[in-house]
Amino acid sequence: MTRPRALPRLLLACLLALILTVPAPPAAANPALEAVLAENLDQIERPSRRTVEPLVAEIAATGPEGLALLRAWAGRSLGLTDDGRLLIVTAEGMADAATGQPVTGADPAMLRPNSGVRGVIESALVAGAIADPDPRRRAAALDSIARSASAAHLEALRNAPEETLPALAARRERLEKLLVIQFDDDPAARVAAIQDLAGDVGLDFRAALNPLLATRRIAVPTEPDGQPQGANIARELRIGSEDFPREAAVALMTSEGLLEPRLTPAQQRTTLAAHIVDGRVGGVPVAELSDPEARDRAYEALEAAGAVPPAATEAEVEAALAATRFLDVYAEADSSVTDAARAAQTRAQVRLAAMKGIDLGLDALSLASIYFLAAIGLAVTFGVMRVINMAHGEFIMMGAYTGYVAQTMIADRTLSLVVALPLAFAVTFAAGIVLYRLVIRHLAHRPLETLLATFGVSIALQQLAKNIFGTQARPLTAPGWLEGAITVNDVISISTIRVAIFVLALLFLGLFLFIMKRTRLGLEVRAVTQNPGMAASMGINPDRIAMMTFGLGSGIAGIAGVAIGLFAQVTSELGQQYIVQSFMTVVVGGVGNIWGTLAGATLIGGLSKVIESFNPANTLAAQTFMILFIVIFIQFRPRGIIPTRGRAAEA
Amino acid sequence: MTRKPFILRNPSVLVVLAALAVFTAAVTLLSQAYGTGAIPTSMVKVLGKTLCLALAAVAMDLVWGYLGILSLGQMAFFALGGYMIGQWLMYARTETIVAASLANNPIPPTAQELQEAVANQIFGVVGSSDLPLVWSFAHSLTAQLVLVVAVPGLLALVFGWLAFRSRVNGVYLSILTQAMTLALALWLFQNDSGFRGNNGLSGLQNIPGLEGVSQASLSVWFLWASAAALAAFYVLAAWLVSGKCGSVIRAIRDDETRVRFLGYPVEGFKLVVFTLAAMITAVAGALYYPQAGIINPAELMPIASIYLAVWVAIGGRGRLYGAMIGAIVVSLLSSWFTGGRAPDLHLPGYVVSWVDWWQVALGLGFVLVTLFAPKGIAGVFDRLAGWRPPARHGRDLGPDQGSLKEQEARA
Repeated sequence: MTRPRALPRLLLACLLALILTVPAPPAAANPALEAVLAENLDQIERPSRRTVEPLVAEIAATGPEGLALLRAWAGRSLGLTDDGRLLIVTAEGMADAATGQPVTGADPAMLRPNSGVRGVIESALVAGAIADPDPRRRAAALDSIARSASAAHLEALRNAPEETLPALAARRERLEKLLVIQFDDDPAARVAAIQDLAGDVGLDFRAALNPLLATRRIAVPTEPDGQPQGANIARELRIGSEDFPREAAVALMTSEGLLEPRLTPAQQRTTLAAHIVDGRVGGVPVAELSDPEARDRAYEALEAAGAVPPAATEAEVEAALAATRFLDVYAEADSSVTDAARAAQTRAQVRLAAMKGIDLGLDALSLASIYFLAAIGLAVTFGVMRVINMAHGEFIMMGAYTGYVAQTMIADRTLSLVVALPLAFAVTFAAGIVLYRLVIRHLAHRPLETLLATFGVSIALQQLAKNIFGTQARPLTAPGWLEGAITVNDVISISTIRVAIFVLALLFLGLFLFIMKRTRLGLEVRAVTQNPGMAASMGINPDRIAMMTFGLGSGIAGIAGVAIGLFAQVTSELGQQYIVQSFMTVVVGGVGNIWGTLAGATLIGGLSKVIESFNPANTLAAQTFMILFIVIFIQFRPRGIIPTRGRAAEA
Repeated sequence: MTRKPFILRNPSVLVVLAALAVFTAAVTLLSQAYGTGAIPTSMVKVLGKTLCLALAAVAMDLVWGYLGILSLGQMAFFALGGYMIGQWLMYARTETIVAASLANNPIPPTAQELQEAVANQIFGVVGSSDLPLVWSFAHSLTAQLVLVVAVPGLLALVFGWLAFRSRVNGVYLSILTQAMTLALALWLFQNDSGFRGNNGLSGLQNIPGLEGVSQASLSVWFLWASAAALAAFYVLAAWLVSGKCGSVIRAIRDDETRVRFLGYPVEGFKLVVFTLAAMITAVAGALYYPQAGIINPAELMPIASIYLAVWVAIGGRGRLYGAMIGAIVVSLLSSWFTGGRAPDLHLPGYVVSWVDWWQVALGLGFVLVTLFAPKGIAGVFDRLAGWRPPARHGRDLGPDQGSLKEQEARA
């Protein structure tokens, strides 16, 4: 309910603020400020980090002129004249800090407060800005506090006057709670704040919880009482468990000085090398020391002679480990706070996982629509003519380059995109028809030869593109309204372009269904697919239908190329990246069925994202597993998810 | 009835062996190490590598030209063979170097220290210092030589068994083999696959234990080895496709279903030939990469296997010598044209630089061959054979006895 009213008010306030601030209003005389300045002039001239705070607060309390002075002071544009006047020096000129009167001809010595003092001033400025009449300043102040919060800010937030704008008030309340969690002294208040925000998945809240739950690993003796004083124990570690192997325990005890360091092989070697006497170490000839046992014997001999310090033996380590407890303790001392924080974190994590699932689903959907777009043309030609067009990837590339050329001709991004889509269709449609007439028609019923011949076309086209456009990637920039992302919260977001591609894929699904089910061409295509001989005797020209189908499939590839080019780099190898996935989509989905292609694209897109989510850093492994999965999938459903049934399947 | 010896039934084998021998002898006599030095060492290496590619093409022809499986993953076996031998080459050489540097230490290294230092040296580049499990046998030449044929053979066996038993064939099978090689390539590209990611294995031209032998001599030795392997496997392949076994294999290519109905175990035949071809290809790879000096996963990308198919198609499918000729001619031409040494073609208004246009010419040429000369270069030999009148002896047997003549009927 608040939003509709708040927004216009905020806008109005911003507008007003804009109008008011454009001509800098001359500061009116401010007697309170003048008095403060007159009293503390020497401290302003030579401020000290420790004592300046009350003075800054006093100046800030005098009103907008005081704040202007503080801003100038922190920004090193405050000058002091010989007669004890403070001047604010700007590019336009100088003005008296107390009265706001313009000053000419003065030669002030600029004040250069150190960074500690500047920090104090800025912190006070932020606190002052929260109470600023200008809502933009207040919003900026909140941003500034959120970026670098301190205990002083919490105080400032608490003491600030009531916020009137509901949007800002909500932000301020949330920020105050976050600050309470981090800086408040009262555990009860912190717990309350944590519980208020529990379930929130915002990055800032999670960031505020993390330091509370930070742990450190300590080793304490089991005996005399076994309870470390005042430690807030997160958990006790068991030696030999998954995340706490024995070596880690030994290393921890060694680093805390509870155990003599074990002798590492490298140390042993260095020590032995330092005690070579006449080609022997501890009586063992050096040449024999390539045997670890001989090294041990030599070291023991040195130990017995007292030449080297004894190293911790296995039994000593064992005894020390048995007499020690290993604990993870929170840096935060209060257990009620950590308990609340942990509960809140668990809730946040559960919600986070759910949202990540949704985000993953969106990603998968967008990948699936890309695969669908890339594969649909291939599915058409493969389904109707049983012909694998290896040059399909190059048609995608051709479409992308068409988009690029259209963009160089037409400056307006939106218009060029509108022109590029049909143009790409036309170009690749024509290329497909030419390829069909010149090559594929002559290789009817020889699918493997067709595969190879179209591969020849593919390498020729790829090199041709390289010769024409060069090897570097060409940009195909999306128009402004397609840039950016639709963001729901910190986790769920999807770029607008991917949404557009999803819509495009849906559009093509609809268009394809319409052509196949509602037009003469579709009827004839279906007839030829089912039985070419019978279709021919009914007066349909199978050759013409095949040509049209091939052109249609190639044209769709061209449009897919424009879509892909919008988010990928347009290079001559663009098609190669999608061709294998497209084949997989068609084969997994089942040949000759648009729903099969859709199912295949969804399966492959979804699965790749899911596999990728297990190990986001390693996309190569994801792709490997994906292909392995497909190879195995084909074992069980050799004809795809939705196989062609009936007589057409035998053809 | 006595059968003619194998060689006489296949005179082409003799011709190929003779040509190979003459070629090898000629290159040896013109090499820097053993002859006049007219052919530089780098050229000897190129020729040796070309022979390996020809061997891979022969294996491809077995699978495609005779068995009818267009395998688009053949180079995966080639590269696997190279990786297997490369493991030993790299490990043994690094061990020599590391042992020499550790020998300077006051204390002699233990076996484990030596191994750790070697692993650190080899895998430092991918940020690891442990020897992966797949390198367990890298110290042993014998073991790695066995793995050269065992690993690709096993892969082909498993893949073929899975694919053939579910009756995947034709275009589907081609796509599936392509997917297999892509998956393998992508896996090898990872740094933690244990094969040094996209760095691949390098320094393979230095053969451990042969440090004293110059590269000039080594290149000739490898040429001999490649020629010997090509000759041996050519005879094996020719023997396999002649006779009854060969008839069954070709029948499977022409109509699989009928052969199955005649009672032949089609899957078994396919599996044997597919696996054998994979092993032959792996041997070719194991000979190729020590001459190339470096191997990385890019060698497995599907495009390499498709090029192999292109060579075989241009040379002529279903003729073993055709595949050989295709691989030799096209790969040598490719390296000549893309090497920048081919003179530019001056057309009115445009200068055709072959570095840029060779791929286009190759692609279009390939389309033309597929369209107009399905038999490829080998088709020329068939034409030539047709020119000579058939050598026939003896009198006609007469109108009732068929078209055979006297002596032919007796034979």
